Amino acid sequence: MSSENKQILTTDGTPLEVSLKKAEKKNKIKAFLLVAPLLLFIIITYVFPIGDMLMRSVDDKMVTEMLPKTYKSMEKWDGKELPPEEVFEAFYIDFQKLIEEEREGKLSTQLNYTKNGFKSIIKKLRRKSKSFEEGNYKEQIMAVHRRWADVEYWRAIKRRAPAYTYQKYLKGMDMYENEKGEIVNVSEDRRVHRILWLRTLEIAFFVTVFCFLMAYPIAHLLATLPMKYSNLLMICVLLPFWTSLLVRTASWMILLQQQGIVNDFFVTIGLVTDDNRVEMMYNKTGSYVAMTQILLPFMVLPLYSVMKTISPSLMRAGKSLGGTPFVAFWKVYFPLTIPGIGAGCLLVFILAIGYYITPALVGGASGTLISNQIAFHMKSTLDWSFASAMGLMLLSGVLVIYWLYNKLVGIDNIKLG
Amino acid sequence: MALPKYTEPHYRIWHYIYLTICAAVFFFLIAPLFVIFPLSFNAEEFLVFSDGMKRLDPDAFSLRWYQDMIYGTKNPWGLAAKNSFIIAIFATIGSVLLGTVAALGLSSRHMPYKGLVMAVLISPMIVPLIISGVAIFFFMAKVGLAATHTGIVLAHIILGTPFVVITVTATLSGFDHSVTRAAASLGSNPVNTFMKITLPLILPGVISGGLFAFVTSFDEVVVVLFLAGLENTTIPVQMWTGLREQLSPTILAVATCLIILSTLILVTAELLRRRSERLRGINR
Repeated sequence: MSSENKQILTTDGTPLEVSLKKAEKKNKIKAFLLVAPLLLFIIITYVFPIGDMLMRSVDDKMVTEMLPKTYKSMEKWDGKELPPEEVFEAFYIDFQKLIEEEREGKLSTQLNYTKNGFKSIIKKLRRKSKSFEEGNYKEQIMAVHRRWADVEYWRAIKRRAPAYTYQKYLKGMDMYENEKGEIVNVSEDRRVHRILWLRTLEIAFFVTVFCFLMAYPIAHLLATLPMKYSNLLMICVLLPFWTSLLVRTASWMILLQQQGIVNDFFVTIGLVTDDNRVEMMYNKTGSYVAMTQILLPFMVLPLYSVMKTISPSLMRAGKSLGGTPFVAFWKVYFPLTIPGIGAGCLLVFILAIGYYITPALVGGASGTLISNQIAFHMKSTLDWSFASAMGLMLLSGVLVIYWLYNKLVGIDNIKLG
Repeated sequence: MALPKYTEPHYRIWHYIYLTICAAVFFFLIAPLFVIFPLSFNAEEFLVFSDGMKRLDPDAFSLRWYQDMIYGTKNPWGLAAKNSFIIAIFATIGSVLLGTVAALGLSSRHMPYKGLVMAVLISPMIVPLIISGVAIFFFMAKVGLAATHTGIVLAHIILGTPFVVITVTATLSGFDHSVTRAAASLGSNPVNTFMKITLPLILPGVISGGLFAFVTSFDEVVVVLFLAGLENTTIPVQMWTGLREQLSPTILAVATCLIILSTLILVTAELLRRRSERLRGINR
């Protein structure tokens, strides 16, 4: 007996299984079509532009496009000794074209990034090449300046052949590629970025710790108090949460300034003398204090929503089985709150690591973070490819935490307010 | 939280220490906001409490900074407020429409690749604003929308939709789908069912998502700093410039207005949350 004979059919004669699958598929398409507008919008205006940042950060086509013939003829050159005549000839032709388009200055700037000393010899070559005779370009170019006869400089040109580069990423970590193609650290007094990365991590870490230490007791209080009191106290958490970030930063600027209320208070209780007031703003202290207060609600809310679900009878059971309140808390209550701790800490850390506004206003020079450096390169130095590279380095760190958050908490479990 | 009578003395002490710590943290959270309020009525130009204010001398208080905010000739607050409201309202409408429809699809159990799609849609909330700012700036510059209201509104829709998606999917998670089936079996078409049955039930979630989107747009400064020209200045941009250059009391007057606005939003959001819980309670 074949199973086909026993197949259940729907009223119009198609097998039930087929008909169900069809309905399922229809539902899938329906659900997807509802999501599609937003998904498309986000992909076009947000995901692609982030991809565009990636392209910008590694893009190095400029030199490649300026010297097309040179690079073609260089393919066979092994770089051990001076390149053959055909490379010199190709370089001469490319160079003449650049002079016509008045772009030889750009080439010299670009090559100078790779190796110092290109600026002057390119200038000299431009002047001398007007009187070049046809043929034997190798001799003629090498006669312009002794550096043109130095194989190091030709190797430097060859290093710029690929259309893509990871130099900006190296620069973001205070490293560069030297003449031999090795990756080395920049000299110690010029290592600015590594300090910034470490400081960003340090501030984000300690802000998370401070937030946790402060949020845990009040979340516990909010979760255990009777509703009518806890609702009132909840306002203390929610009002700052809903208030403008700039307003909260402004209030810290008023409080922490040298003639501010906090300093007044210190003077009154005799902690410091009047002419010896503490500097709490435009340094790390400012960043710590303001960021902790601003991010505190993001720690309280996930902790609260987890603690709310823990039945008080569990603690009572722990105590009745002989545990002291501390043992009962440590062995029963605390482990149950770990999901909330994880959610809160990851959220605060993610937000803190990318903070920009508050450190820029109260952090001064010693309290700024990597975000401020990105903004600086976007606005002041206009080195957009470097800003993109740093942005993506930061982003990759954030995405790792985001992935972790998704694994541990589930992105659809984020609670708001 | 009263302690039982049999509590031993040293636990009693611990309990009071715990309450003191809690009080200190609550103070740390809320007190900074209340500094702004009295100082915005300062008659003098300095951002410290004058001796007159400490004595509660009426002459030490004035409304001059509020006057300056509204009538001051050099002050850009009027234009900034207008821009802020226009941008925030359009961004909210856009976020709510796109976000609610997407949330309906995401809550369906038939939705394919739900986790991945959700992660992409929420990402603008997680990615640091400075990176979003750079990326959106590159995009808007390419399509010629930099320094336009449209560009800023689109940017704020990107940043606002995650909140709508989260709140509406949360509301829909407690939604009883048998009511929509009942409506369908009684002959209602899907659009009618949505308008008459689903929407009224998820409305609290939609509105509270809308409030989040509104506040996000109204308070957003990092992306606007990249996108805005002089014409598109908003309240946060003006505050940012003001705070960087010179902390003037007029900023405190603006800040006080913003605190009042956020209090109103908080009350609305809280009322909506309770209504939503009540409605979902009935459904269960």
